[in-house]
Formats: sequence, structure tokens, C-alpha cells
Amino acid sequence: MSVHDATTKAALPAEAKNQFLHDAAEHVRDIDHRSFVRKALGGYYVTRDSQKAKYRDWEHARDAAALAKWSAVNRLDELLPLFVTNFEAGGGIVHFARDAQEARTIIVDLVRASNAKAIIKSKCMTTEEIHLNDALEKEGYVVVESDLGEFIQQLRGEPPYHFVFPCMHVRRGEISDLFQKHLGTEPTQSPEELTMIARRYMRQLYVDADVGITGANFLVAETGQISITENEGNARLTAALPRVHIALSGIEKVVASLADLAVLLPMLATAGTGQPMTCYNTLYSGPQKNDEPDGPREMHLVLLDNARTAILADPEQRDSLHCIRCGACLNVCPIFKNVGGFTYGTTYQGPIGSVITPHLRGLSDWNHLSSASSLCGACTDACPVRIDIHHHLLHNRRNAVRASPKRLEHIGHQLFAFVAARPWLFAAGGKLFRWSLGFLKKIRPPLLRQWLETRDLPPAPPKSFRQLWKERS
Amino acid sequence: MSVKASSAKDVVLARVREALQVPAPPPHLKSHDLQEAAGISNARPAGAVGTFKPLSIAPLDVARPWLPEGGQTPEERMHILCDNLKRLKAEFHRACHLQAAAELIFSIARQRDWQRVAYHRHELVDPVASALHCATVCIGEPASFDKRALEQCDAGITACESLVAQTGSILVSSATCGGRSLSILPPVHIVIAHIDQIVATLEDALHDAKVRHAGRMPSMLSFITGPSRTGDIERILVLGAHGPKELIVVLVGESP
Repeated sequence: MSVHDATTKAALPAEAKNQFLHDAAEHVRDIDHRSFVRKALGGYYVTRDSQKAKYRDWEHARDAAALAKWSAVNRLDELLPLFVTNFEAGGGIVHFARDAQEARTIIVDLVRASNAKAIIKSKCMTTEEIHLNDALEKEGYVVVESDLGEFIQQLRGEPPYHFVFPCMHVRRGEISDLFQKHLGTEPTQSPEELTMIARRYMRQLYVDADVGITGANFLVAETGQISITENEGNARLTAALPRVHIALSGIEKVVASLADLAVLLPMLATAGTGQPMTCYNTLYSGPQKNDEPDGPREMHLVLLDNARTAILADPEQRDSLHCIRCGACLNVCPIFKNVGGFTYGTTYQGPIGSVITPHLRGLSDWNHLSSASSLCGACTDACPVRIDIHHHLLHNRRNAVRASPKRLEHIGHQLFAFVAARPWLFAAGGKLFRWSLGFLKKIRPPLLRQWLETRDLPPAPPKSFRQLWKERS
Repeated sequence: MSVKASSAKDVVLARVREALQVPAPPPHLKSHDLQEAAGISNARPAGAVGTFKPLSIAPLDVARPWLPEGGQTPEERMHILCDNLKRLKAEFHRACHLQAAAELIFSIARQRDWQRVAYHRHELVDPVASALHCATVCIGEPASFDKRALEQCDAGITACESLVAQTGSILVSSATCGGRSLSILPPVHIVIAHIDQIVATLEDALHDAKVRHAGRMPSMLSFITGPSRTGDIERILVLGAHGPKELIVVLVGESP
């Protein structure tokens, strides 16, 4: 099964649901894969909890983080223009993009105008969202992903498996084979040696690249700076050595002040990877200044809407724009742990992806993701900015039914209401149902077949609850 | 193109204004007082759509008592900082005066047989760099900046703006710490700092930077929290992904 199909299937949205069901069934059967992913997440739980314990109260800190994002998102009309004014004062150039196509055009034009030969890129999910690499490669540019996980995924020809841990499903042996094939290196089983291979390979690319492309985690309105969070130092290098720095960010990343970052940066790290802070949290306010020794001559920031304003217009789910992409909801989600990251077929996997993807790509074709949840609420509990994730999955289900009512389901409900309101009919119906269970098991009617494939149909009890209750008194 | 760009801006900003006409409820908070405060800031007179009042209470004021400790006294801050740097696998040294720091770095450079070390002009860095036995590269004038030469260096020595006890972070800037690459490109990053530069929290570090660079922020401000690392291969920690494999912090000054 080529997983690349998972992204290209966006072109055939009607297939999205069937593809999901098919891939989910495949993955759930793959016990090795599941235990490998669980083991990888096991370490995360330990470090996250020990770091959370450093907070005098994590829950109160979550309140503050939620407030910071809530007040910023609800004041976006005021803070976004303020950010743009302050950022431009630092010498950077802002470009607005209404949708993915416009963002791609802007960035391709910028790259062309800079006469770039080589492009280096640091990890940015928004570029995945707009399929930027495909667009640049179509124009003949070579783009190298510098984040280790993204680099591995790029060599594998796969999208990220998890939006924070892109290659968490890949075993070290596979990475060794991959490097041997593409970079001609000696095989090794050591994660350290594998990391050093990528490090050595990438060094010269940073120095030679003309354009560096990054994302942004926060846009600080007060000072006009963009904040980038990373661990490897690849984003720092990407924004230091090339002549031109292009950053792409969704408009919802605005926060009011630097003081808000003093809350959000450590919480992003703790929720995301269990660190006190990620290794590098960097604020950029524009290109190199006259009295600074180095840095890019030009800095461009592309601010992307791409249906974010549609989510903003829904007050019920507006808080899904609070998301700081820490990935905590994926790491705790029983569905994610069983079906894996590729099954979603989305840029943003897991619970938060299931909430926002229907907004980004259409509810009618992506509503099945709303049912990819046990509604256990683990995601909502894990969210550092208190997004009401699992309720939004319910909201999406309701909205989908409102948009296209299901007649059969509706008739079923009406039939049940009619029967339930008449005790004699209810008793008779129950009797008929108990009597027919054995038949159903034998005949396996199409409606039940999928259910019966993985589950046993228990024998019907001889007496109904109502009968037992009567006998008891 | 500029016409098109400005129209996209107008369209997106108009969409934002339109979308915010209907207020959104505040998030469900643990603190009841806070929930009430948020409710008040969300309330608006009938008909006055699209006017969200800034919160009466700053999120940071809410968070301050609950975030990780940064220390009340200089001794506490020093203790927490050391502890955090150790956990982050950074190398940490104390030196009672600059001369001792210079000797320490000299012996490290000797021992590891460094051939070239990069640095920038700074009162804390100059004496250390000039005491080295090996060749040095001074990062200063933009015209003479050579990224290929810097890439060949064994280590980079910089000053810093502040050290954050709370998280073990070191704040560097492109204006005061030798630009953007010096602290990230060489495989070893050495920070020479004075103990007075230790602050308790990220809040303090950001506030100080804002005051120090009032109105003219450096093009880059970066919190460095331990040596570069990755967990991308089977979630196993490896140091030195793309940035420095080692972070050596030398604190100069008598005990607080």
C-alpha cells in the first residue's frame, strides 16, 4: 500500500471515507506497527509527566494559555493589522494569501525573483497544507527538508506520519537502508550515527542555499516578531545562512504580546515533547540589520487564510484556532494509536485534525473523521490551550446531519419513538428482536456484516429486562 | 503584483472582521474567578458587535504563580539554573574572574586540539579569545562575514543577553552576540556570561530585552535551551542534530 495515496486522495474526496475505513482496518491488524508506535509514545508519557510536575499547577497554567489564545483569536481584527504594521517596520515584507493556490504562487514567484538555485526548508506543517514542495519541484527547484524526521519522510516519499514526530513509525533499520540507498552511506543500527549522517549531509546545503523557507509558531503583535520553535537548530540555520528568508504562517498564530510567549513557549514544549523548553525558540523581526554581521538580506512573510476565517466565523468552534500544534492530543488518542497517522489522509492528523479538516476541505467528504473518536475526551484533557476537541467532533457530526439529513436514520428514530411510546408494542418488538438474533447471526445481512466480522453476536437472553423486573417484585 | 497583494490583504482582513461579528464564549477554565473575568471581557452592550475588549487581566499574571519556579534570591536562581543546565546535558563551569574563564577555555581548546575558533567583539569574550593558542575568526563587520570560514571552525564563543533559571535557557541576540550563525553553526557553542545576567523567568528575560532594545529589536532573539537535539529516530534522544553538539556555559563572577 503506497501511503502517498493518502495525500493524493484529497483529489478524490468522495473516496476519503472508504480509504479511511480500508486503511484503518489494515493498520489495526498490524500488531507490530501498533506496538512500535505505543513504545515510542511510552517515553513521551514519562518525560511529559515529569516535566508537568515542575509546574506548580499545570491546570491553572492551562487556564492562562487558553486565555492568551482566546483573547488573541477574538481580537484578530485588531491584532493582525497591528502585527503587520510592526513587522513591516522591521524591514520584512508581508504577503497575504487567500488560499493555498495563492500562497504557492506568491512563494514560487519570490523564489524565482531571488534567482535561487538551492532551497533549504525547515519543518512547517503549513507548507504541507499547501503542498509547497510539489509546487516548487514542478518549477524545477530542488527543495531539501532539513528537519531530520521530515528529511527521512522526504526520502521515503511520504507525508509526515505525525505533525510533531514525522517519522515515528519508521524503524532505525529502514532509515539505515534509506540513507544507504540515497546517500551511499554505510549501514548502521545506531540512532546517533544515523543522525550524524544527516547532519554531515545537510551542512553544505545550509551554506550553499540561496533561499530558506520556515514556518512560524507565533506572531507577536506588540513587537512584530515571528516566533519559531524547534529542537535541532535546522530552523536557526535556515534563517541565518541563505540570502532570502521566506516564512509561511496561518493568520491565527497571532498573540498579543511577548509576555504571552512567556506562558506559551514552555507549555508548547511540555505538552509537545515533555521538555522545559525546546532547544531553540527564536524571534525574528526582519532581515539582517546594518550593524549585524550576518543574516538574510530579505525576509518575506506569507500570511495564509485558507479557510481559517471560515472557522473564525463559527463561534462554536472558533477555539480550534487556538491550536499551537503541540501534538499532545494525538499522543493520547486511542484512535490515533490504533489506526496510525497515515489513515487520516490529512495534513493534520489525530483529534485536532479531525476537527479542522472538515472546515479546510469540506464537511460532506471529511465528516467520517468526526466518527473516528471514542469521545473519551483524552484529547480535550491533554490540550494545553483548552480546545474543546471532542465536543467539536460531536458538533461536526450534528452539522453534517443538518447539512444532509439521513432519511433512513430519521425513519428509524421515528419508528423507535412510535414503538417506545406504546408499551405493548415495545414488549412485542423486544420479543421479536430476541427471537430473530439467532437468525441474524446465521444469515449475516449486509447491514450487519461489517459489525459481525470483528465481533461476536451474543445469544439473546431468554427473558427481557421488563420481565425480570416484574418477577423480582 | 503589489495591487494583487494589497487586495488579498483587504479581502482577508475583511473576512476576519466579518467573522468576529458574532462573539465566541470564553473557554471552560478551572479557576472560577478567571472564568468570571473572561465573561466580563466577553460581554458587550447589545448591538455593539465586533468589539472584543482586551482582557482585564493579563494571561501571564494568571500563569505566574503556577509556572515552573525561577527562584526568589540570586542563590536560588543560581541553584535552579545549574540544575536545569545539568538536566539539559549542557556543560557548566564557574569562574571567579575572567582570567580564570580564559584559562579554562584555553585548556579545553588545547585538550581537544581545536584549530580554529570563532568569536565576536565583547568585553567578556575578547580576553577569552585572545588567550587561545589556536587561530581565531572574529565575526563582526557584515562585509567580512564568511559563512564558509565559520563552518570550518571547531567552536564559537559568544556572550549572551541573559540566562533564564526557570528553564535553563540562554538568550542570545543577533545584535549583541555576534549575529545569527555564530551560536548555531560551529559544533561547540561556548557562552561566557556574568552571574549578574541570571534572571528568574522567561518573562524577565523578554522584558529586559524589550527595555534594552527599546523600539529597535535585533533581527533575531533566540532562547537556547541545551545543546541541539533530536528524537526523530525511534524517539531516542540524540544530541547535536544540526546545531552545536555541545553547549558550554561559563559563569564569571563571585558567588551571589
